[in-house]
Amino acid sequence: MAGNNRPGAGPAVAERGIVSSHDRRRASVRGSLGVLQGGLLVTLVLAGLGPILWLAKAAVTPTQDTLRQPLGLFPNGIDWANLTTAWGRAEIDHYFVNTLILAVGAWFFQLLVATTGGYVLSVLRPRYGNLIFGLVLATLFVPAVVLLVPLYLTILDVPLLHISLLNTFWAVWLPMGASAFNVLLVKRFFDGLPREVFEAARVDGAGPFRLLWSVVLPMSKPILGVVSVFAVIAAWKDYLWPLLVLPDPDNQPLSVRLPAIAPYLELDVFLAALAISTVLPIALFLAFQRLFLSGAGLGGAVKG
Amino acid sequence: MTTLSSPLRTTTAAAPPSSSGPRRRARRTPRDWLRDGGLSTLVIALPMILVFGVFSWFPIGRALVMSVQQTNLISTPEFVGLDNFVFVLQDPLLGKAVANTLWFAVLALVFGYPLPLAAAVLMSEVRRMRGLFSALAYLPVVVPPVVAVLLWKFFYDASPTGVFNTIAGWVGLGPFPWLQDASSAMPSLVLEATWAAAGGTVIIYLAALVGVRTELYEAAEVDGAGVWRKIWHVTLPQLRGVLFITLILQVIGTSQVFLEPFLFTGGGPNNATLTILMLIYDYAFGSSLGGNYGAATALSLMLAGVLAVLSAIYFRVTRPWSS
Repeated sequence: MAGNNRPGAGPAVAERGIVSSHDRRRASVRGSLGVLQGGLLVTLVLAGLGPILWLAKAAVTPTQDTLRQPLGLFPNGIDWANLTTAWGRAEIDHYFVNTLILAVGAWFFQLLVATTGGYVLSVLRPRYGNLIFGLVLATLFVPAVVLLVPLYLTILDVPLLHISLLNTFWAVWLPMGASAFNVLLVKRFFDGLPREVFEAARVDGAGPFRLLWSVVLPMSKPILGVVSVFAVIAAWKDYLWPLLVLPDPDNQPLSVRLPAIAPYLELDVFLAALAISTVLPIALFLAFQRLFLSGAGLGGAVKG
Repeated sequence: MTTLSSPLRTTTAAAPPSSSGPRRRARRTPRDWLRDGGLSTLVIALPMILVFGVFSWFPIGRALVMSVQQTNLISTPEFVGLDNFVFVLQDPLLGKAVANTLWFAVLALVFGYPLPLAAAVLMSEVRRMRGLFSALAYLPVVVPPVVAVLLWKFFYDASPTGVFNTIAGWVGLGPFPWLQDASSAMPSLVLEATWAAAGGTVIIYLAALVGVRTELYEAAEVDGAGVWRKIWHVTLPQLRGVLFITLILQVIGTSQVFLEPFLFTGGGPNNATLTILMLIYDYAFGSSLGGNYGAATALSLMLAGVLAVLSAIYFRVTRPWSS
């Protein structure tokens, strides 16, 4: 069951690897392969799952036990109250909601820009399309560090409007929409859709808006899913940018608040807060495993 | 505009009837543009144009301008030539930051480059539960980076009852000072960063390994090649393209490392983990230096320039081997 998750493997391709089927039948080969793979599995469980399980345990362990026997298993029982204290008294609930709002807004703007942009560049193709596509692609080659300071100043005084977005969620939502990688991903997907369907819809009198909403988007659910999941995860992970543009603690997401409140919380409550912050990304990962493990959102450049 | 684009139109348009051809080529009025749906196209393109324009293209252009300006939000910006670059290059901390960033990048390559490759090759030979292997490898990637750093900071507790020191004690080692000591702080940062990122690289290699042509293994076996020679002569050469790209992506990523030094050590102890991006942050937003936006932009442009030159040379040198 879990074995079928191998990314992109057709049934025929998986038939053989480096070790031939003939060699696999030999006891010595099978033995050493088994030892190697068993060793890898143990390492992966310890390194990949270990810290997360430890955090889950520490979240419901009293401070003194975590400090004295960090690797002991509940020497003095379980303290469920850590979780409720973190959620309520440490105001993790408030920051959790902030993080959700940031993630949902970033998701919306990334999807809006990527779908409309991809649609214009792939389907409508105005004469200025190539110029815009070139400019969008060019931003892929500009390292994020170059944008940091000038983008911050842009947030303080938005051109044309001359308003400051500081301390508003817009300051996080809108810059996240400017993702060239998303536009490229969606445009490429639209490029692969059958043109005849668009022509048929046009003949039936569908305008450009209707074509996008009723024809193109319903055919593009897979790519919209990819963009959505990675948009939410990216917003959840973001730290430096929200730290800069949301100086008011009331608006800050978990990633910014956790380091700030660490010195004021008791250790067990703090670890419970860390655990709570990790639950949603891990749940998303477990629910959309295939999407993550197929490498869909990892490297458009790499898949070439 | 019209004269420039009209020849283009005749070549791209699918053979217009000869009678209407010349008339169309002659002039394209705004009314034609409207009738062809130009306005609704523009409306649909607007989110992309506005968002990229204001939050990407404009700031990139502004970076170039700001690097030659004295800007501090209070007085009006004034042109200062290359003063910002000179200021940055004369900063005694710059050498330290560059050396630390290079040290981080080298350590990250030593720890983090061969490990995912070895794991992926071994995983590609797994017959059962392969999904479990890759899910376990990827799990650290989905832990929010801030949570990972704060958790590891606790693990790195330098007292004998710290988590890692307890484990080291089981085999008679330690206690180690981890983040407290100038020489062990950076390797500790790299260890966590590798843990957090390796899973993503494993998945990229696994996807690439699917495309390895297996008939070559049979040919190698006929020639009497063992497992190691098959990996060395068949598997790795076919992964060249991916290996080159992950290498340059890793270098670009590690040269901009910020989160780990910022949250683990704040650049300490004794500036041992001060990186280039932390210096940029200090110039612009730091409590003591702060507000020197020109210097911050100048340094970030220099970093970007070095990365661009590095990537160009790299692709030039590796092109003969990667195609």
